[in-house]
Amino acid sequence: MSNQKDPQRRPQTATPGWPDIFAALAAEASDGRLKTFYEAGCVAPETPLAEVPLVAMDFETTGLDPNQHSIVSIGLVPLSLVRIYSRDARHWVVRPLLPLHQQSVTIHGITHTEIDQAPDLTEIIGDLLSALAGKVVIVHHRGIERPFLDVAMQWRLGEGIRFPVIDTMAIEAQVNPQRRPNWLRRLQGQRPLSIRLPDSRTRYGLPHYAPHHALSDALASAELFQAQVQHHFSPHTPIGELWY
Amino acid sequence: MQAELIEIRNHLSQHEPFDELPDETLDMISSQVEVAYYRAGTDISEFDQPSTDLFYIRSGAVDIFRRSGELYNRLGEGDIFGQFGLMMKKTVRFPARALEDTLLYCIPGDVFQELWKTHDSFADFVEIEDRTRLRTAVSRRQKSNELMNVRVTRLISRPPITAPDTIRLQEAARIMTHEGVSALLLMDESRTPHTMAGIITDRDLRTRALTEALPSETPVADIMSSDLISIRSDAYLFEAMLTMLHNNVHHLPVVEKGQPRGIIGLSDIVRYESQSTLFVVSNIYRQKDVKGLKAVSKDVSLSFVRMVNEDANSHMIGSAMAGIGRSFCQRLLELGEEQLGPPPVPYCFMALGSMARDEQLIVTDQDNAMVLDDAFDPAQHDEYFKALAKFVSDGLAACGYSYCTGDIMATNAKWRQPLRVWKEYFTDWIENPEAQSLLHSNIFFDLAGIHGETAFTDTLKQLVAEKASRSRRFLAMLARNALNRTPPLGFFRTFVMEEGGEHNKTINLKRRGTAPLSDLIRVHTLACGSTAQNTFERLKAVAETRLLPEGSAENLRDALEFIAIVRIRHQALAIEAGRAPNNSVRPEDLSSFERRNLKDAFQVLSNGQKFLRYRYHAPTGRP
Repeated sequence: MSNQKDPQRRPQTATPGWPDIFAALAAEASDGRLKTFYEAGCVAPETPLAEVPLVAMDFETTGLDPNQHSIVSIGLVPLSLVRIYSRDARHWVVRPLLPLHQQSVTIHGITHTEIDQAPDLTEIIGDLLSALAGKVVIVHHRGIERPFLDVAMQWRLGEGIRFPVIDTMAIEAQVNPQRRPNWLRRLQGQRPLSIRLPDSRTRYGLPHYAPHHALSDALASAELFQAQVQHHFSPHTPIGELWY
Repeated sequence: MQAELIEIRNHLSQHEPFDELPDETLDMISSQVEVAYYRAGTDISEFDQPSTDLFYIRSGAVDIFRRSGELYNRLGEGDIFGQFGLMMKKTVRFPARALEDTLLYCIPGDVFQELWKTHDSFADFVEIEDRTRLRTAVSRRQKSNELMNVRVTRLISRPPITAPDTIRLQEAARIMTHEGVSALLLMDESRTPHTMAGIITDRDLRTRALTEALPSETPVADIMSSDLISIRSDAYLFEAMLTMLHNNVHHLPVVEKGQPRGIIGLSDIVRYESQSTLFVVSNIYRQKDVKGLKAVSKDVSLSFVRMVNEDANSHMIGSAMAGIGRSFCQRLLELGEEQLGPPPVPYCFMALGSMARDEQLIVTDQDNAMVLDDAFDPAQHDEYFKALAKFVSDGLAACGYSYCTGDIMATNAKWRQPLRVWKEYFTDWIENPEAQSLLHSNIFFDLAGIHGETAFTDTLKQLVAEKASRSRRFLAMLARNALNRTPPLGFFRTFVMEEGGEHNKTINLKRRGTAPLSDLIRVHTLACGSTAQNTFERLKAVAETRLLPEGSAENLRDALEFIAIVRIRHQALAIEAGRAPNNSVRPEDLSSFERRNLKDAFQVLSNGQKFLRYRYHAPTGRP
């Protein structure tokens, strides 16, 4: 996974910051929906976490490569550091552009009928962007949601999308620097610490949720982020220390 | 479009008072829930803050306090709090703090008000629960009620991970690592529907595969446990606890209509049981030497007292204490085998008496024996088994299980014999019975294999069950012995007390109560050819035959439970007061309720003995 190649990399707070990038992109964007999204702006990097509107997002996809595979479903749930708001949770099944492999159908629990009746991403993009507008997105493993959405929008609108994300998997890697046992411990049978979503949740006493449902996974990441902040950070931590 | 949060909805639907609400109401609630995480030790709500939500514990544990700061209640998964403030004054009455890392589902106040107004079952629950909880101080009952009222399905968090029983070790290990589980169910896929063929656990991988350095391509079927111990999905937590204790397993598949629904682990129940019996047991298996075991043994009387205070019944307490005793034996045998090397021939370590009956209490000595393989050659092998028996016996003594005064221990060469000799012993006892010698061998008719080739013990149980029911003379002798100890009741239903000595003017609840009751029930059990060992189980087996008059089995069960629980409470009180527990109570220390019921119970025993004399033509009362 891409982020494991750069565990030492610290998020950048240097210029140009995300607020500036958003302002520039708002001027450039030609699609109205995208323009509105950028115009909602982005919080300054020094904003304390407690004041940042957040939204946890998860995609189910037909594979791992944004250039070959396609989005099947999107789940998102807004939150703050103290509460996760299920009344504003959203879940969409969208029609992938590529034929659905039998394999992934069983994993996601989504049937062909559901897929056939599902809208194309274009039809829900306005709703999706307005749910994200003004908020900072939380994902578990940043190699999926942002690149997939970027490619999907380039494909459909001719222009991609950029936005900051908080990566709960990267946080797990960062707070467990010793997670790969040295050769002696490996010899004694110690395994590397898993930073997958279910395993990470277990370390904070969070319950087991059935995996591979976009909305459940979004909720799972949202809970994990609340737990991580209470254990390792503080409400005063500037968002710029955590986003990518 | 509102998105359905399936995880929230499903969990709510499994717990009171939400389980009785209609589907659309549950949909509405789960779409309004706000989720909040609280790290252990943080305050959730403080006194006199405005009440905003009804809190539902999704995972973790929460302490509820009185205004004075005194602990009022301790809640766990599926419990709710905050309703009192919402119903009354709109401010928090009972502050709450996270005891463990806790995930809460917060149901907004207006949703609560609507549920309260529209759903009677919901209103009843939140109102009545609160009134009763007010009366109880820190409700310890709550926890024990959970053990007795909560079904095992509550602990299932995911479907079991399964694999075909044809896979290799390496594949099994890979699946377990990938799924993050400590037990894997193996299925026989040659049948439709697939049936459970066995289970393999982390412990199996360590003790069977790694220590013997088995190649990774070994078929998993070679090391899996194929005599699967499982539990029905409608069983209660305490049944799961007893099953684990009795069989020394740490994982139980939960089975519904022949199909596995999930696996529950020792650790799942330990959480429910809040540091009690199973906690002690899991601690025993972690000890590396006798010194460590001795340290753990100090917790045994604490967990005994805790169970008594939690209102567990005598069956639960007896089984739990026997489970602890078995675990000490098993761990000592493992340690002994580590020290002395693997046994030269197969053997079975056998518990006798109260441990075998799952009726052990806190004051107890060790009664055990060894059944060796018929290939046993004293000259070659006995040195090993003698040393092992001594190691275990000394270890047990160090852990508070005093040496048996009658020398019924595996250290005695007479009780360390091959299966063939044991068969002769039992055959002789049954076919050539003599009252006096039977008195001493009585204890061998309560037996349980607890380590090694338990099939040896099963063979002996089977032999006893078959031969005993056919030997009228044996049953008559046994019945006669069972009449030796009479209940302490005088002609006018007055208590007859022991005279003189340390226990002057007391009643011995064991000698005059529980022991003659188990003696009596043992005779009926052997007569009906049952292999049951626990006295309550034996009564069930007997009740299924026509051996006893109508209603008699129920009366005996109630009498046994009552005498046993008075005895247990008496011992718990002594421990709490720092005195040595014993079996002798003074009638004036009993409440009038206890005295009255105790007399009734002794009367049942007396009637039971009269029937026993008549039924088996037992020669005379006292020898």
